[in-house]
Amino acid sequence: MKLRTPLSKVYGLGSAKEGVRHWWAQRLTAIALVPLCLWFVFELLTMTAMDYLAVTAWMQSPVITVLLILLIFSLFYHAQLGVQVVIEDYVGCKVIRVTSLILLKFTMLFAGMIAAIAVLKVFLGL
Amino acid sequence: MAQFTLPKNSKIYQGKTFSATVDAKNKKTFRVYRWEPENNDNPRMDSYEIDLDDCGPMVLDALIYIKNEIDSTLTFRRSCREGICGSCAMNIGGINTLACTKVISDIRGDINIYPLPHMSVVKDLVPDMTHFYAQYAAIKPWMQTQTPPPPDRERLQSKEDRAKIDGLYECILCACCSTSCPSYWWNSDRYLGPAILLQAYRWIIDSRDENTGERLDELEDPFRLYRCHTIMNCTNTCPKGLNPAKAIAEIKKLLVSRTI
Repeated sequence: MKLRTPLSKVYGLGSAKEGVRHWWAQRLTAIALVPLCLWFVFELLTMTAMDYLAVTAWMQSPVITVLLILLIFSLFYHAQLGVQVVIEDYVGCKVIRVTSLILLKFTMLFAGMIAAIAVLKVFLGL
Repeated sequence: MAQFTLPKNSKIYQGKTFSATVDAKNKKTFRVYRWEPENNDNPRMDSYEIDLDDCGPMVLDALIYIKNEIDSTLTFRRSCREGICGSCAMNIGGINTLACTKVISDIRGDINIYPLPHMSVVKDLVPDMTHFYAQYAAIKPWMQTQTPPPPDRERLQSKEDRAKIDGLYECILCACCSTSCPSYWWNSDRYLGPAILLQAYRWIIDSRDENTGERLDELEDPFRLYRCHTIMNCTNTCPKGLNPAKAIAEIKKLLVSRTI
């Protein structure tokens, strides 16, 4: 039986004084992803006739490498922020929620770093 | 995980049917959600056939007709019958609205009437508003100031500043918007919901209030405020034509603007 007053239930543990940075980062990465994705898709379409050597040569330009890494960072960061919201919305059980949030962050960091290192590997010609 | 199926005792069964008299010409059927807290029965939908020539134009008129003439056990809240008290908020024809301002002839076919969605039901069409009102109290919906008012007059407000609370002060706290919001359905224990956030913004934007920062501090929370994903059900359903989604967006803008 819960004998807490309705007001104390609403106040709960108080305001987290957090959330602005998440919201702002989600919007900033979304804005960045618009030109980055358009550029990337455009490049992929012009690349259809190129062979492996031509593509790696294209990727070895510093501008292209930086753009690719920015794309990877924005993409995985934005995905992490978005899926985090979905989990917070729909997962009520505290244990599953915390576990899936941790798994999500680790997975996104892992996948994003693999992608970024792969780009760097081509850039350095390794 | 979110629960997508109803628990056993929430399944709704077909209830009683009350037919209109044989000589009725302008017949309309109202299917009304019924639930008694006293026994262990499941909720049921009772059908009432009404002669509209005998009844006023609004859905509330039909409900009062049913209670007076057909079935006095039907329970619902109503008071002002002109859309200013917010008591008769319910789900009519699939949309949360006020029974007193919803015209019967606007709805084609049978009219389904349910209590506000995803609220605990006290009886029939009466939802338990305790938590909703506690959330309202939690945002301290009154003017908070450090400066004492001028001794000889009221606190002054320019016409432009007064215009900023137009579209906010008209809110009657009927809860139509909050109970139409999926985020409020899943997380109402922590999410304040559109009605309360619109009310919070009404005090944040009031030029006479001096606690704007503290009010924003209290709202800055992943659950209290940021469960709003601009679904816009609130704005669609508001029987007063207000825009809670915009008020929430303005709060989010204010929170960002004090960090950059």
